[in-house]
Amino acid sequence: MSYAAEFASLVKDREKEKRKHPDNKAACAFMAPWVIGAVLLSLIPMVASVVLSFTKYNMLTSPKFVGLQNFATLFKDIRFQHSLRVTFTYVIVSVPLQLLAALALAVILDRGMKGLTFYRSAFYLPSMLGGSVAIAVLWKMVFGSEGLFNNFLSMFGLHVTQSWIGNPTTANWTLVALHVWQFGSAMVIFLAGLRQIPRELYEAASVDGAGKWRQFRSITMPMLSPIVFFNLVMSIINSFQTFTQAFVVSGGTGGPSDSTLFYTLYLYQQGFGQLKMGYASAMAWILVLIVAVFTLINFALSKYWVYYDD
Amino acid sequence: MTDSRKNLKTSSPSAALPVFSHRSADVFKQLIKQILLFIFALVMLYPILWMIASSLRGQNEIFKNMGLLVTHPIWSNYVKGWNALSYPFSRYFINSFIIVIFAIIGNTITCSLTAYAFARLDFSFRNLMFGFMLLMLMVPIHVIVIPQYIIWNSLGMINTIVPLVLPKFLAMDGFFVFLFYQFIRGIPRDLDEAAKLDGAGHLRIFFQVLLPLMKPAIGTTAVFTFMWTWNDFFSQLIYLTKPQYYTVPIALRTFIDAQSQSSYGPMFAMSVLSIVPLFLVFCFGQRYLVEGIATTGGK
Repeated sequence: MSYAAEFASLVKDREKEKRKHPDNKAACAFMAPWVIGAVLLSLIPMVASVVLSFTKYNMLTSPKFVGLQNFATLFKDIRFQHSLRVTFTYVIVSVPLQLLAALALAVILDRGMKGLTFYRSAFYLPSMLGGSVAIAVLWKMVFGSEGLFNNFLSMFGLHVTQSWIGNPTTANWTLVALHVWQFGSAMVIFLAGLRQIPRELYEAASVDGAGKWRQFRSITMPMLSPIVFFNLVMSIINSFQTFTQAFVVSGGTGGPSDSTLFYTLYLYQQGFGQLKMGYASAMAWILVLIVAVFTLINFALSKYWVYYDD
Repeated sequence: MTDSRKNLKTSSPSAALPVFSHRSADVFKQLIKQILLFIFALVMLYPILWMIASSLRGQNEIFKNMGLLVTHPIWSNYVKGWNALSYPFSRYFINSFIIVIFAIIGNTITCSLTAYAFARLDFSFRNLMFGFMLLMLMVPIHVIVIPQYIIWNSLGMINTIVPLVLPKFLAMDGFFVFLFYQFIRGIPRDLDEAAKLDGAGHLRIFFQVLLPLMKPAIGTTAVFTFMWTWNDFFSQLIYLTKPQYYTVPIALRTFIDAQSQSSYGPMFAMSVLSIVPLFLVFCFGQRYLVEGIATTGGK
């Protein structure tokens, strides 16, 4: 079970009964590092973050309680709205595209494809390197005004001299492309999932006269849907936190004209650039809220398309 | 032609009554599929290959040459890039490696211990704690990053590796706890029970019975920790601000910001070098990578 599913089932059947726990002593030893970490590095910071979000704090003078002012300011902050628009566009376009690419390639490569290992490696490699600064640098060069992409276009007689990264209307799309380019790791997960589907199902279906497309719709999709669902949920959560690529491509500014001002990049600028720790904390909690809403919507919609056999 | 004969064998089993024309159509389809896939793979890898080629080219050639063939490699790009910043890149590589090694040690030890408790022990608040761990996997880290930064700053730990490494020794990478947890649950409990009958305590069971069986999970953890720590830009950016402590990604970023028009070659050279460790891990750890994403990302 994926951890999202594990968490959901945990919430569903909380055990209420009191009973003896025979291993408390041993657990003290095994759990000690985690418990210390969870309290000192997660729980306390989280509480502190809530408190901070109601204050003005620049790390030099002591925090000043300002109530909901940070949140009120955020809603009027034009750059904040930009960052929301940029991030939403990115997530809503790039996540489905990436998963579709992963699914399509996984289905093509599944079963008896010659050279599976080669293709799997070739498609996986970008997703392994994609998060690095080096690839972000490369992307900047590929989509620059004299970059590889414009050279490529000129092969077809299209002489474009604009920089795709320097142009506010296209900059975000180059990052979407970068995200889709990294479909490999989801593809590997889907490939593993496809292998779990009993072959007899397909054989039975083809005896009944079901074509390839029908088999995909009635067997592959339902059987794979829990895995696709988990990846959709996690992919959305992670994409909302995209930082490195936007930072490197724009030199930390989120430009041109805020077109790559991703949510976490703006949070970084406010928190670590201008030392507005309260403001940045408020932003962090709004991000949690957004991610939570997306996740809940996903879970709510899942009953229409995700199939659990148990 | 040998290729097409191989494809014959793998042609669809659904063809219960193989007719010759049906089969040759299958072979043709397979061939087309192979060609298209190969072209697609090439397109996917092209940018990376182009970057490698460009790292050996002169300034004027880089943006004119789309090809991958390097006729006159300019190796001096690598020397120039290596020494372009205030410290030679060896310093940044060492800094990165130190963090990566500590992260791997911390993650494998503490995450496996925690996972053992979650998977095998019955203790108070187990579900609550397990739930909290899973929840933290899904909550954006930004809600804890700011207070953490304030804490480390007040302790004078900025520009040390402590903020980057200590969390790994406190099992804070829930992903790996979960990975070990899944793995341990897959090991039959009979083994533990047998050891228990022989008088082994939980520590003995963990170290002598389970740990030897956990090699694949340890491999996966090591490989992923390497990858993620090597690429971890955000936390290194906020915690390492002095050039002598820079890691490879941070140094590389400084390189781009500081570069003049004449240093694309050296910049590509250092970019290439920065992904060499990842590539090596990819080559040698591929089995663990594939197994790892399949067990945690799957059902």
